Amino acid sequence: MEHALLEMRGITKVYPNGVVANHDVHFSLREGEIHAIAGENGAGKSTLMKIMFGMEEPSEGDISIRGEKVKLQSPQDAIDRGIGMVHQHFMLVPSFTVAENMVLGMEPRKGVGFNYNEAVRLTEETARKYNLAVNPKAKVEDLTVGMKQKVEILKALVRGAKILILDEPTAVLTPQETEELFVELQHLKEQGHTIVFISHKLKEVKAICDRITIMRGGRSEGVFQTKDVTEQEISRLMVGRDVVLKYDKDNVPFGKPVLSVDKLSVHDSQGKALLEEVSFAVREGQIVGIAGVEGNGQNQLVEALTGGLHAVSSSGSVKVNATDILAADILRIRSLGVSYIPEDRMRQGAAGDASISDNLISTRYRSKDMNKGPLLNGKRIAALAASLVEEFKVRCSGPQQPIGMLSGGNMQKVVVARECSTSPQLLIAEQPTRGVDIGAAQFIHQKLLELRSAGSGIVLLSADLNEILELSDSLLVMYEGEIVAYFENPSKVSEEELGLYMLGINRQDKQQIGRAVNHV
Amino acid sequence: MNSLLNVIFTTDFAFSLLRVTTPILFAALGALISNRAGIINIGMEGIMLVSALAGVIVSAYTQSAWVGLLGAVLSGTLIAGILAFFTLKFKTHIILGGVAINMFASGGTVFILYLLSGDKGSSTSLASKVLPSVQIPLIKDIPVLGPILSGHHILTYVSILAVLAVYYLLNRTPLGLRIRSVGENPHAAQSVGVSVVKIQYTALLLSGFFASLGGAYMSMGYLSLFTRDMIAGRGWIAIAAESMGRSTTIGTALTSLLFGAADALSNALQVLKIPAELIATLPYVATVIGLLIYAVSETRKKNKKVKSPVAK
Repeated sequence: MEHALLEMRGITKVYPNGVVANHDVHFSLREGEIHAIAGENGAGKSTLMKIMFGMEEPSEGDISIRGEKVKLQSPQDAIDRGIGMVHQHFMLVPSFTVAENMVLGMEPRKGVGFNYNEAVRLTEETARKYNLAVNPKAKVEDLTVGMKQKVEILKALVRGAKILILDEPTAVLTPQETEELFVELQHLKEQGHTIVFISHKLKEVKAICDRITIMRGGRSEGVFQTKDVTEQEISRLMVGRDVVLKYDKDNVPFGKPVLSVDKLSVHDSQGKALLEEVSFAVREGQIVGIAGVEGNGQNQLVEALTGGLHAVSSSGSVKVNATDILAADILRIRSLGVSYIPEDRMRQGAAGDASISDNLISTRYRSKDMNKGPLLNGKRIAALAASLVEEFKVRCSGPQQPIGMLSGGNMQKVVVARECSTSPQLLIAEQPTRGVDIGAAQFIHQKLLELRSAGSGIVLLSADLNEILELSDSLLVMYEGEIVAYFENPSKVSEEELGLYMLGINRQDKQQIGRAVNHV
Repeated sequence: MNSLLNVIFTTDFAFSLLRVTTPILFAALGALISNRAGIINIGMEGIMLVSALAGVIVSAYTQSAWVGLLGAVLSGTLIAGILAFFTLKFKTHIILGGVAINMFASGGTVFILYLLSGDKGSSTSLASKVLPSVQIPLIKDIPVLGPILSGHHILTYVSILAVLAVYYLLNRTPLGLRIRSVGENPHAAQSVGVSVVKIQYTALLLSGFFASLGGAYMSMGYLSLFTRDMIAGRGWIAIAAESMGRSTTIGTALTSLLFGAADALSNALQVLKIPAELIATLPYVATVIGLLIYAVSETRKKNKKVKSPVAK
């Protein structure tokens, strides 16, 4: 029987915090193919690939290369067996030249010294062999993203990689660079290399991959010949919701617009468009959902709405009740009645070592209520903290407990309590229930709906389709920095249909998308 | 003003400049190596103090200055090894570890000194040895330059050679490449199989090695005995010199020389009627001005970089 080049059987990975990232995953790689692993964020692609490259060890399951069982305990093990990896965040030393990066860890020597000329020669030779033009003496920090990626690919090749894992290689590239990359990958394939291509961009997968393994929710959903499946079928397998939530929503008519975003465009320092002419409005008592695969401009949109966008070039306007906030600082934006639940509660949402009470007042310690002369008003603060802890059912030993000791769900409740209890005009909720248990998630959903009934406008960004379809009054879909679809009654939208827009297969015409501004 | 110039532009002053720079330079080179590996060794002061005492004790008991030097270097490197062990193995915070080393050295050296000599202040009762000074043939006969460059303590010459050695190590050897990669992007180093911990061990041991040469110089050259807390902040000044030298070998050597100059000046100016305290602030004033100029030029550069692609 012919052995697969690399085979992973029954891979299960449970992290110490109990998250099951991979569950009984099967993956088999044939020599000389380009094999895509496709799936949404959180589907377990990254974990599987880390296991393949020896960065993580599987809790269960085994890996074999050419029929021989292997244990990959470190990246070095994987490199020794001819597996190379191009990380999404490049593993390069910026101040080093290309040649120095190429040979790091396997430096050619001359006596006791490092033979730089030999490093340059080796780089040139490898670059010529694989038709990947780089300048060996250029400093990496001066290179474009596309060039850095070439260096990463060459780094793997010069270490003898026959299997090349590319982690979302096109996420950071311009369309031209992407095309160039595909030509290079095709060329590598012709030279007998095998490529694992991790992506959620179906067009790209269809364009260059021979086979595709689809992952969803930590499981492998199957392997297909790319030419045998349509984008629609792939999308259906990738996107789906498991449990359907149901909430009763008040039928209150929407009020005046609290947020209007008009033709907002943002470019990064390389001139690549991160947001392109995004326009929409949010009215009082309305939840506007924004769906999309991560990295399609949502972060930049949130930054624009919360005052984090000063460094990059932007055009258009973002108005909260007719005040343009694009250039305003965070304090000013908050004083306009904007609240923000950030997606990363550990880094942005809460100060881990500080108490629950300190975290609760961190957005309002300046207000007169909380102060007594030059000092903080301890009694008022304690009363506020105690009432919020009770109202939001935060399970803790008391308001003075450090927030970092709480479970994820309870910590998030504190963040939600802080942001919702100021009666905001506008709330930006970014992944409000990520990594939170079902009970806490439903509680947070209820709170968002209460806020909606009280007349707040809410922007809800979420990767959880269940949440976004159920809570939103209207839904926008973002793809590559643009709004590609607008739905008025999201709970009637099927996830298959949504998937087609999220993955860039379909897009609505301008007129349909334009309704997002007026909601008519 | 004239008398000031008379003090500075003498061969004596130039000679003493090299003399007082030596310990700072050694320690700064040590700090440079560990910093480039991404690990700040603030235990320089303590390592120097321990090695200064070890040099005196070992040379007194063996009656050999060279064995004394060996003892100094081994003990200083050992202390750095202990710091590395706690930091890299048990994940103690490096700053805490460094503070512990400094405090341990300050008290521990006095304790051991008292045990061996019965004196808590200095090692006068121990017959310790001093490393020799060297007259360089030919150069010593050149007018002006001769009296400046010749006749120094042997470790002063070693310190100048050490600058070249460290430059070569960091920029021209595989180990140097790995040290710099670990300091700049440990993930990158790890992803190609470079052991970050191993490199940081090596770097810390090297920093201890150089610091202990500086310590040995203090008690076996600069002075001929050990006195309590004799390093007197030179380890700290070395850390400042490394940072002001922007973590380059040449920059570090030059700023060490600058701090040495300020030190030498404060010695020389004691003959004038300028308060010594005021003179002693010179190196720090120089630091502040230097860092200010550096910060302004860096900010301008950065602004240019950000603006240019956007402006199109």
